[in-house]
Amino acid sequence: MANPTDIDIDYVANLARLALTAQEKETFSRQLGDVLRYVEKLGEVDVSQVEPTAHAFPLCNIWADDVPLPGLSVEAALRNAPEQRDNMVVVPIVVE
Amino acid sequence: MADSELIFKPAAELAALLAAKQLSSVELTQALIARTRAVDDRVRAFNSFDEADALAQARASDARRAAGQARGALDGLPVGFKDVIAVAGQPLTCSSRMLANFVSPYDATVTRKLKDAGAIPWGRLNMDEFAMGSSTENSAFHQTANPWDLERVPGGSSGGAAAAVAAGEAPLALGSDTGGSVRQPASFCGVVGLKPTYGLVSRYGLVAFASSLDQIGPLARTVEDVAMLLGAIAGHDPLDSTSYPAPVPDYCAELRVRPGPWKLGVPKEYFGAGLDAEVGGAVQAAIEFYRGTGCEIREVSLPVASSYAVAAYYIIATAEASSNLARYDGVRYGHRAAEATGAVDLYFKSRAEGFGPEVKRRIILGTHMLSSGYYDAYYLRAQKVRTLIRNDFLRAFQEVDALLAPVAPTAAFKIGEKASDPLAMYLSDIYTISLNLAGLPGISIPCGFTRGGLPVGLQIIGQPFQEARLLAIARAYEQGHGWRGRHPTL
Repeated sequence: MANPTDIDIDYVANLARLALTAQEKETFSRQLGDVLRYVEKLGEVDVSQVEPTAHAFPLCNIWADDVPLPGLSVEAALRNAPEQRDNMVVVPIVVE
Repeated sequence: MADSELIFKPAAELAALLAAKQLSSVELTQALIARTRAVDDRVRAFNSFDEADALAQARASDARRAAGQARGALDGLPVGFKDVIAVAGQPLTCSSRMLANFVSPYDATVTRKLKDAGAIPWGRLNMDEFAMGSSTENSAFHQTANPWDLERVPGGSSGGAAAAVAAGEAPLALGSDTGGSVRQPASFCGVVGLKPTYGLVSRYGLVAFASSLDQIGPLARTVEDVAMLLGAIAGHDPLDSTSYPAPVPDYCAELRVRPGPWKLGVPKEYFGAGLDAEVGGAVQAAIEFYRGTGCEIREVSLPVASSYAVAAYYIIATAEASSNLARYDGVRYGHRAAEATGAVDLYFKSRAEGFGPEVKRRIILGTHMLSSGYYDAYYLRAQKVRTLIRNDFLRAFQEVDALLAPVAPTAAFKIGEKASDPLAMYLSDIYTISLNLAGLPGISIPCGFTRGGLPVGLQIIGQPFQEARLLAIARAYEQGHGWRGRHPTL
């Protein structure tokens, strides 16, 4: 198992697009450090010949017929939009 | 009959009264509304409810019945919905500020199936935010209380659902279970709660927490009621590519033709240190009951599950959650920060403002587990341990039909008691979590009370897709005891 260091919380919060306060960084680092130290115990398990399980009863190649079906109406899809105009969601500028 | 009798009647009895026209859906719904108005100021199970809509559905049900077009046993029965399952036109908040004003534009598959059966979606039930928690203390809105002791938690994350059923505010409810979130609150609130085999019930319309672990599950006051609700929601769904194409038995009919006895396993590692003596005692008494009815009781061993399930779970579930919750970015729906300097800044601020601390903790942990340099050591390794956990159970099931175990190490704890120690809270999931990792069905049924009057649950763990047998085993215990006749005084 990787040598546990504490979480690089700035790096991870940036990946997760979460703005944390200084207090949150300190509290979460401590609390999650406890959790990380706890999950280190998985290092004790011999997994050398073991396949990972992603789905308890694996289903492969689940196909759908290529038939168009009605989706959400524009009105329904925009019902929860924070800001909208002309059937579009208004967002802050993305590209200058 | 008096409302006070009506609100605690099993759903199966209510269905019979409706069918015999000795009760109308409007009368029943009015009684439940009155009960909710009378007690929910203290229980606080609901985030919201729409009386007018419920009564309109009730009138429609009565009209169908009068025209000879009743749709079946569930027609006219109100069903509470954990606020994580989509009902078109109703709030879908996940008890989070991120979705506080979100109104669902569509029905979940389970919602559509229940509406087709004539059931009445009744209210939005409180939960831990985004289903992350074991006490409903992580709700961004308010705390739900345990109807048996208002200073104690109802469990979580389906705390509102379990509390509403226990308090007589709803005869039936749907919750969701990712690490025990139907079974544990059922245990804490003295009701019956079942987590189906992964893939039995469609996840379409269930707000995703951990996609390989989540299942919607029924809660009620009797095993037969849970069987009835399960039968209505189970089945393959083309809209959920993880839903399993297995035929769904008539669970209620199956209950009557499976008298036992059965071979039942007791995992030896589950009765050690950390299990409260009164809880352990009640579960042991249940084991003895089964032995007394002719069941063979065998000790089994779950070495990997007992030691490593919590660690594997908190890697896998948080990793999957970090991915599933990436969609909440303030763009198309959900909370959007009022002040942002650009699109990316919008994500940072909307998410910071919309998510509560436990959600943030899990997103950070999960992101870390999946990040470059850590993926193999954490996530991949946890998925391999998951295989070994599943193998523990499959090996045990070669010898026995089902397993008997506690649901939680303690009965309901006091509000605030565990809130400052996330790891301690995580460790309390020890008995329920491994079923989600292994995809197995499990049910919690009342098996007694502590000296302090708090409910204790017995967990029965079943073989994959063997819910009919699981329910029969549960009912055999239930019929031999009177716990379901006891109700909280409010």
